[in-house]
Amino acid sequence: MNLDNIVRGFVAESRELLDGMERDLLAAESATLDAETLNSIFRAAHTIKGGAGLFGLPHVVAFTHLVESVLDALRDGRATLDSELVALLLSCRDFIGLLIDSAEAGEVSPKEEQAQVGRELLEQLRAYLPTLAEPGSEPPTPAAESPSIVAGDPLLAPIASNHWHISLRFGPDVLRGGMDPLSFIRYLSSLGTISGIVTVFDQMPSAEQMDPESCYLGFEIALSSEADKTTLESVFDFVRDSSSIRILPPNSRIAEFTKLIAELPEAADRLGEILQRCGTLTERELDAALAVQQAELPIARPLGEILIQRGSVHPEVVEAALAKQQLVIDHGRSQENRTIRVDSDKLDRLINLVGELIISAASTEVVARRARMPELQACTATLSHLVEEVRDSALQLRMVKIGSTFNRFQRVVHDVSRATGKDIALVVNGEETELDKTVVEQLGDPLLHLVRNAMDHGIESGELREQRGKPTRGTVKLNAFHDSGNIVIEVSDDGGGLRCDKIRAKAVERGLIEATAELSENEIFSLIFEPGFSTAEQVTDLSGRGVGMDVVKRNITALRGSVSIASQEGIGTTVTVRLPLTLAIINGFLVGLGNAVFVLPLDVIEECVELSAEPAHDYTNLRGQLLPFIRLRELFGIEGTPGPRQNIVIVKHGATRAGLVVDTLLGEFQTVIKPLNKMFNQVKCINGSSILGSGEVALILDVPTLVRQAAQVSTNN
Amino acid sequence: MNQTSEASDAFRVCIEGEFTIYRAAELKAELLDALQRAVAIELDLTNVSELDSAGVQLLLLLKRQATAQGVVTRIVGQSPAVSEVFALANLSGYLGEIAGPVAGENQK
Repeated sequence: MNLDNIVRGFVAESRELLDGMERDLLAAESATLDAETLNSIFRAAHTIKGGAGLFGLPHVVAFTHLVESVLDALRDGRATLDSELVALLLSCRDFIGLLIDSAEAGEVSPKEEQAQVGRELLEQLRAYLPTLAEPGSEPPTPAAESPSIVAGDPLLAPIASNHWHISLRFGPDVLRGGMDPLSFIRYLSSLGTISGIVTVFDQMPSAEQMDPESCYLGFEIALSSEADKTTLESVFDFVRDSSSIRILPPNSRIAEFTKLIAELPEAADRLGEILQRCGTLTERELDAALAVQQAELPIARPLGEILIQRGSVHPEVVEAALAKQQLVIDHGRSQENRTIRVDSDKLDRLINLVGELIISAASTEVVARRARMPELQACTATLSHLVEEVRDSALQLRMVKIGSTFNRFQRVVHDVSRATGKDIALVVNGEETELDKTVVEQLGDPLLHLVRNAMDHGIESGELREQRGKPTRGTVKLNAFHDSGNIVIEVSDDGGGLRCDKIRAKAVERGLIEATAELSENEIFSLIFEPGFSTAEQVTDLSGRGVGMDVVKRNITALRGSVSIASQEGIGTTVTVRLPLTLAIINGFLVGLGNAVFVLPLDVIEECVELSAEPAHDYTNLRGQLLPFIRLRELFGIEGTPGPRQNIVIVKHGATRAGLVVDTLLGEFQTVIKPLNKMFNQVKCINGSSILGSGEVALILDVPTLVRQAAQVSTNN
Repeated sequence: MNQTSEASDAFRVCIEGEFTIYRAAELKAELLDALQRAVAIELDLTNVSELDSAGVQLLLLLKRQATAQGVVTRIVGQSPAVSEVFALANLSGYLGEIAGPVAGENQK
């Protein structure tokens, strides 16, 4: 096993656990806290602590330990989870995340500023802990049991020492398995204080037979620790199967040591001496234990039975715990087998290659057609069919669910609610919707801005909402769904909505429009995407500096997407973002204009009809409906006269339809999108290029812009 | 790497670098070989960069074997890595306090 991989695994696992913890904490705040959620939070902290211990990150262990203590207090009902505590625990979660990040970067101890933050958090955590001193929180102390039983049978008497006794015999293959018994001891010492330890190697054979790569070591350890039995047992999760581990709680009865001695492979006298050296047993206690041993009394009661007799553990609890653990392990394994982690660079390379493959398959097809060999044409047809499937599955590899992006906003909403004092809930729909990984990554920032905007400007303050007869709790909704080759993401709020007059006044003031300009409501709304526009009466931390929506729009346009806004005053605002599902390869439709060839994304095309309009008009009658269109020849200034039969390609963007007049329809084409050089950034109506089978370059038409332009022309008329 | 040199009457074994499972087989041979050479062995662990359980086992094996053969072993120097492990597993008593100048007092 490669240690780097294990550490990386630990880092990845910790991050997942931290994400889960964040989700749970947020859920716990919004609803009543149920035991399951609390346990899940506790487990996350606990597992991270365990891993950190194994990888020698004592500062992580120390910090997580206190978090765990607070969680434990919650579990026992000694503390209650209010929003203050949730916020504190969230900060702690972030801090653990920071520590894990630096651990990944290879730092084994915290930086000074980190340590400072850590100390402050610990200080706050401790505020919840004085209650820990109450009885009941201590590790089980049977000394509190009635002493009358003790008097009778010396075997039932608890021993005087009040520390845990841990007896370890490591399996022969532990070292070969990549584990170092010493690291477990190191971890134990982080959970408490090792007051006595004896290294046992009696099982080591003679020098000739001793295999230096086998493990013959055992340890008898006396540990004083606040940790509970599960915590201690979980230390040895990795070696439980191969090694024998016995953990006796503080003040265990002498009978249990008698049994321990009987079970261990070493001779009773030797063990007795060891236990005494650890400081676990006094000489008198040892004598009592050994006396039974020598008298050969039937003392072989199973440990479980003893525990149950002592009333400390119920058999059902033990069984349930084991079953649950097994389930978790099985689940983890099957998940592990089903998914693999792949470097995203490798995926990008694959997609690039598939792109090249499509281009060269297209040129092969052209050559085959020219050669007029039916057999060759049949072959290339099969080939291009396969290439298409390869393309689809390659692109599928890059598809990820948008849910994880959405869920990140739970935290944002929580933090902003606290900062602004508004009560806001986030409702998420369509988390299962998939889209390209690159798109998801670049979508985070614009969405964050939209959500913040909705909360800061959209949702009104609690009092105002009450005045308006709305529920005090505001709602921000995130919704995602697929629509004709696009993914649509809606960010909506039930806040005050946009005020047309206000936006208009502001736009005039900023010189964006003429005071006399006649604009539709939608056009006025879209003004807020103009650079330097902000109507917030108050500039806050969150937004309102006028550098928001234009950046959102720019980012989304860069992803070949579009953004629009709809709003009703007093009821709410919805911002709709439309994005192509993938950035790399699309199904295209070729159209000819003179000698030039252009590509339209096939998904946006509704139908093609023959042009039948008067030359002077820019609209046509499509089955009784007015359809505005654009003559692409005029738009792109293509010279020469068109053929006798021109066609209209009808495209749709969102709810708007428009026609594009072209000379010829050339059919479908697998289009590998090549971005245009930055030089052409300002060129409108074109958003990319592609290479045809013949080696020619075809420009890809920017349908949203064209549709908007056609709609504008038609309203102006 | 490891240097073995004969001082006046004690045979000195000097282990450098990793004293771990990766070199366990090689070091076992070397340590047992040393036992055949002298009635006293001085172990110099000053330059051990890492000591793991496999290394500890070998030290325990050497000590046990030496005692059985009547050979005296002595640790004449130990690095912080060695001191840490000795303190952790409480081995100093059995393997012998160091007589050299390198102290392990900075350990807990």
